[in-house]
Amino acid sequence: MENKVLKRVDYIFQESSVVEVIELITKTFKKTPDDIILDVIDSGLRGRGGAGFPTGLKWRFAKNEDSPVKYVICNADEGEPGTFKDREILETVASKVLAGMCICGHSIGAKEGFIYLRGEYNYLLPHLSKVTDDFNNQLKTKNIDFTVYIKSGSGAYICGEESALFESMEGKRGEPRNKPPYPTISGYNAKPTVINNVETLVYAYMICKMGVEKFKELGTKDSRGSKVFSVSGDTPNAGIFELELGMPLKDFVQDFGDGDTKAVQVGGASGHCVPRKHFNETIIGFEGIPTGGSMMIFNSSRSMYNVLHDYLEFFTEESCGQCTPCRVGCQQLLKGIEAVKKGERKPQYLDELKKLSATMKVAAKCGLGQSVANPFNSIIDNFREEIIY
Amino acid sequence: MNEFLVNLKINNIPVSVKEGTTILDAAKILNFKIPTLCNHPDLTVAGNCRVCVVEVEGSRLLSASCATPVSEGMEVYTNSEKVRTARKHVIELLLSEHNADCTKCFKNGHCELQDLASEYRIGDHVFIDMVKDRSKLADMSSPSIAKDDSKCIRCQRCVRTCEELQSVSALAVINKGDHQKISTFMNKPMDDVVCTNCGQCINRCPTGALTERTYLEEVWNAINNPSKHVVVQTAPAVRIGLGEDLGYKPGERVTGKMVAALKHIGFDSVLDTDFTADLTIMEEGTELLTRLKKALVEGEKVALPMMTSCSPGWIKFQEHMFPDLLNNLSTCKSPQQMFGALAKTYYARKKGIDPKNMVSVSIMPCTAKKFECNRPEMRDSGYQDVDYVLTTRELAMMVKQAGIDFMKLDDEHYDSIMGEGTGAAVIFGATGGVMEAALRTAYEIVTGREVPFKNLNIMPVRGFEGIKEAKVLINDVKPEWKFLEGVELSVAIAHGLHNANELMKAVREGKVVYHFIEVMGCPGGCLGGGGQPIPTSPEIRQKRASAIYAEDEGLPLRKSHLNPEVALIYKEFLGEPLGHKSHDLLHTHYKVRKRY
Ligand SMILES: Cc1cc2nc3c(=O)[nH]c(=O)nc-3n(C[C@H](O)[C@H](O)[C@H](O)COP(=O)(O)O)c2cc1C
Ligand code: SF4
Ligand code: SF4
Ligand code: SF4
Ligand code: SF4
Ligand code: FES
Repeated sequence: MENKVLKRVDYIFQESSVVEVIELITKTFKKTPDDIILDVIDSGLRGRGGAGFPTGLKWRFAKNEDSPVKYVICNADEGEPGTFKDREILETVASKVLAGMCICGHSIGAKEGFIYLRGEYNYLLPHLSKVTDDFNNQLKTKNIDFTVYIKSGSGAYICGEESALFESMEGKRGEPRNKPPYPTISGYNAKPTVINNVETLVYAYMICKMGVEKFKELGTKDSRGSKVFSVSGDTPNAGIFELELGMPLKDFVQDFGDGDTKAVQVGGASGHCVPRKHFNETIIGFEGIPTGGSMMIFNSSRSMYNVLHDYLEFFTEESCGQCTPCRVGCQQLLKGIEAVKKGERKPQYLDELKKLSATMKVAAKCGLGQSVANPFNSIIDNFREEIIY
Repeated sequence: MNEFLVNLKINNIPVSVKEGTTILDAAKILNFKIPTLCNHPDLTVAGNCRVCVVEVEGSRLLSASCATPVSEGMEVYTNSEKVRTARKHVIELLLSEHNADCTKCFKNGHCELQDLASEYRIGDHVFIDMVKDRSKLADMSSPSIAKDDSKCIRCQRCVRTCEELQSVSALAVINKGDHQKISTFMNKPMDDVVCTNCGQCINRCPTGALTERTYLEEVWNAINNPSKHVVVQTAPAVRIGLGEDLGYKPGERVTGKMVAALKHIGFDSVLDTDFTADLTIMEEGTELLTRLKKALVEGEKVALPMMTSCSPGWIKFQEHMFPDLLNNLSTCKSPQQMFGALAKTYYARKKGIDPKNMVSVSIMPCTAKKFECNRPEMRDSGYQDVDYVLTTRELAMMVKQAGIDFMKLDDEHYDSIMGEGTGAAVIFGATGGVMEAALRTAYEIVTGREVPFKNLNIMPVRGFEGIKEAKVLINDVKPEWKFLEGVELSVAIAHGLHNANELMKAVREGKVVYHFIEVMGCPGGCLGGGGQPIPTSPEIRQKRASAIYAEDEGLPLRKSHLNPEVALIYKEFLGEPLGHKSHDLLHTHYKVRKRY
C-alpha cells in the first residue's frame, strides 16, 4: 500500500471565468472524442458521487451507444446528510462544472445537458442561471452545439439516485428503476445518459486542463487525484476541504478532530462508522473506505445509539417506500434498536437485525436500501454496549 | 435464429432461451417455480416486492428474477441459502406490517400473500408487529370497490392496472418511506374520484386490500324471506367463468349446472340476461339505423359514430373523460338494467306479483354493475330496478356456502319468461360480441340476407387486438332501406379503457370516421370483467373467449331477432323498438362528471 499523508490541495476552487473555460473547451476539442475519453480513463478518475464508478468507462459506454439523442446530467441533488460540497462548487466555480458537462457531451455525442439541482438549493438559481446563459451563449458563438438546462429537484433524498432522478425529471414519482438497463444505455427519456456528480465533472475538466499526468500525481493506484470533503460534527474546523485521496484516517483526525474523537462516520448516513481503534489502519479512498465526501466526527460525549437512531429515522423517512426490504426493513431496524434499548427485546435481537440488514444489502432495489447495512453494522459491531445500555 | 438464443444454467441445468427473456420466465421453462407478488402477466415489470430474488453467480447483489433479463453464461440459483433467507425475510417483513386477520378477510383462501406465508411456514413473527392502526376502517364509500389499506403490500399492481390497462389513474402511490401508500386524488373516498368501478384492480390485487363490496348477506336474507319473490339474472360471461372458482379449468362452460345451483340456492326464478342482450340488439340496432337515416336522408346533425352503452365502467369513464361525446352513446340501458326494469313491470304483471314484494338480483362478471344499479336513473319501474349485484366470484361463494357439490349437479334450464337467449346474446361476453350480434341482425333486417360471413362468424370483429376495425358493404337492400344502398358500414371495437381512451382521442380529433363503435370497459370484454374469477391472464381470457364462441355455435338460435321471447315482449308489452314503452323503461341518459 502506498504511504500517503494528509495533503491539502487547491484544484477545484481555483476560479475560472466563462471565457477561460470556453477557451479550454475549444482547445480540448482539437482532440477526438475517443482521445478525450482515453485521457479520462487513463487519469483513473472515479465518480465522486459515492459509488466511485470509473468516469471514463461510463463515458465510453455512452459513446458506444448508437442513438441520435443522448444526455449529460449533472447530479446536484446533494442529499447525503453531512455533505455540502456541491453547493460550494456551484456557488464558486459553476463555469467549470458547465465545462465538464460540455466536454462530456462532446465526447459521447450529446447535445443537451441538465443540472438537476437540489430543491433546497433553489436560492442558487439566479446566479447559476446567469452563468449558464452566459456559457450557452458563448458556446453558440463558437458554433459548439451543446446547451445546458437547469431542473429543480423535488426535495427528496432518493431523487439523487440516478434512476429516480430520471423519473423525477420525466415528471414522475421519484422511484428508482430496475437495473439493468443502466443509464448509459437507457437513462433520461430512455436515451443513453451519462450522469455524473458535480465534483466529478469539475475534475474531468481539470484533467483536460492540467493533463493526465499532473492529475495522477496525487492519490493512489485505486484512488487517483484529490477530493472535496465536507467536514462536520465535533471539530473546530468544520467546512469544505480538498484533500489528496489515500490518506490514513489517523491523519485526518489529527488535523480535524477536537482531541477527543471517538468515531468518524465516513461517507454520510449511508457510509461506515470507524471507531478510534481502527483510525490507524483505515485509508480514505476506494481501496479503504470510500466516501462521497462527508466526514462526520464524533467525540466521546456522543451517544452512538442516538447517532444510529438518527440515521435510521432518516432512512425510514427517505426510503421511497416501493420495495419491501427497504420500506419495512428500515422501520424494523429502527423499532428494533428502540426495543433493545428499552429492554423489550433481548440484546441477541441485534443479531437478528444484522441478518435482516444483510438481506437489505443484497435484496433492496437500489443503493439506499442496500447501504443501510453500512452504518447499522459498523455501529452495532463497534458500539454494541451503547446500543444496549 | 440461433444468434438470438441465450444459454444459461439455472440450478445447474442448462437452458437456452430467447434474448430478453427474464430469469423468472426461463426458470418456468425448467419448471422451477419462483414466488412472485408484484409481477403480473398483464402489467409492466415493477420489481418492487423482491420476493422473487435469485442468486446470480458472480454478483454481489441478488437479482429480482422478474426484472432481470438472462445473459450468456449466467449461472442462476433459485433456492440457495442466501435466496431462502432473503425470501423469508421479505415475506416476514410484509407480514410484520400486515393486518393479517385472515379468518375475517374476504380473500381468505384466495390470497397470494397467505399462500406464500403458508408455503414458507411463517409462524410466530420474528419481527416487531407494525400494523399501524387496526381500528382504521376500510374505505367502503364505493358501492363497487372496498379498499382496505391495512391489507396492502404496496405491490402497485392496482396502480399499474388503473394506469396502463385503464388509463384512469384513480389510484396512485403517495408519500415516501413508512408513510408510502396507495391513495386516490387528494385522498378522497373512492366514490368521489374518477374510479370507473371496473374492478380490474381487484382482479390483480394479490391480497384483500382491494375487493368487491359484497352483498351476499343481503341476498341470502332476501332468499330466506318468504314474503319476497327473488328473481335472478345471469350475464353471458358468468357461465364461462364460474367454473374456475368451483374446480374447473378455465374455458369450461357450466351454464346448466349454474342454473341448477341457483335453483338449489333458492331463487324463485332463474332468468337470463341473454334475453335483454337480444333485446338490446333490437333497440340499439334500430337506434343506429334511425341515426343513420337522419344523417343520410334528412341531413340532420346526429351524433355519429354511435357507441355502445352496455358497460357501466365505460359509461362512467366517458362521463368523466369525454363528456363532449356523451351524445354519441346509445341511449340503451345495459342489458342488466333493461332486465331490471322489465322484471318489476312486465314479468311482475305476467306472474301476478306485486313488484314491491320482488327482489331483483343479478349475477355479473362485473363490479361496475354494482354501482350502476344504484344510479338514480335506474328506477324506471317505480322501484330500484336491480336490487343487488353479485359477482361471479360471489356466486361461487354462495354455491359453496349452500353446500352444493357443483360438479355433480345435473344441467337445468332457465325459467320462463325472460329466460331465453340466443347465441348472439352469449357473445356479448367477449369483446366484439355486441358488434357481431348487431351486425347479424341489422344486416339481415336491411338486406333480407344473412351476414356474408361463413357460419355467421364475423371473424374481423373477434380477437384481443386492442382496437379492431371492420367494414361491411351493404347492397341489394330491401326497398325501405334504400338510403343504405352501397354504404360501407364502418365499425370499430375497443376493449379495456386504455384502448377506449386511444380510440376516443382519435374520434374527438376527427382522425377516424366510423358509424358504430363498441366499447367494453374490461380487457377482453366482460369475460375479463372485474367480477370474474381470479387470477386472470391473456391465456385465461383466451380460453374463456373460446368457450363463449363454442356456446354460441352450440345454440339453435344465433340471431337476436329470432329470440321468440323478444318477439313476444314487443307484441304483448313494448310495441316496437324505440317505442313509447321502450323509451320509458329501456333507455336512459348520462351525466357530465368532473375529472378531479
Ligand atoms: C439514495 C441515493 C442518493 C444519491 N444521491 C446522490 C447525490 O445527491 N449526488 C450524487 O452525485 N450522487 C448521488 N447518488 C449516486 C448516484 O446514483 C450516481 O451514482 C452518481 O450521481 C453518479 O455520479 P458519479 O459517477 O460522478 O459519482 C445517490 C445514490 C443513492 C443510492
Ligand atoms: S431500496 Fe429503498 S429507496 Fe431504493 S427502491 Fe427500495 S424502497 Fe426505494
Ligand atoms: S389479505 Fe391475505 S394474508 Fe391478509 S388477511 Fe387477507 S387473506 Fe390473510
Ligand atoms: S376499479 Fe378500475 S378505475 Fe377504479 S381504481 Fe380500480 S382499476 Fe381504476
Ligand atoms: S391495493 Fe392490492 S394491488 Fe394495490 S398495492 Fe396494495 S396489495 Fe398491491
Ligand atoms: S415479483 Fe419480482 S420483485 Fe416482485
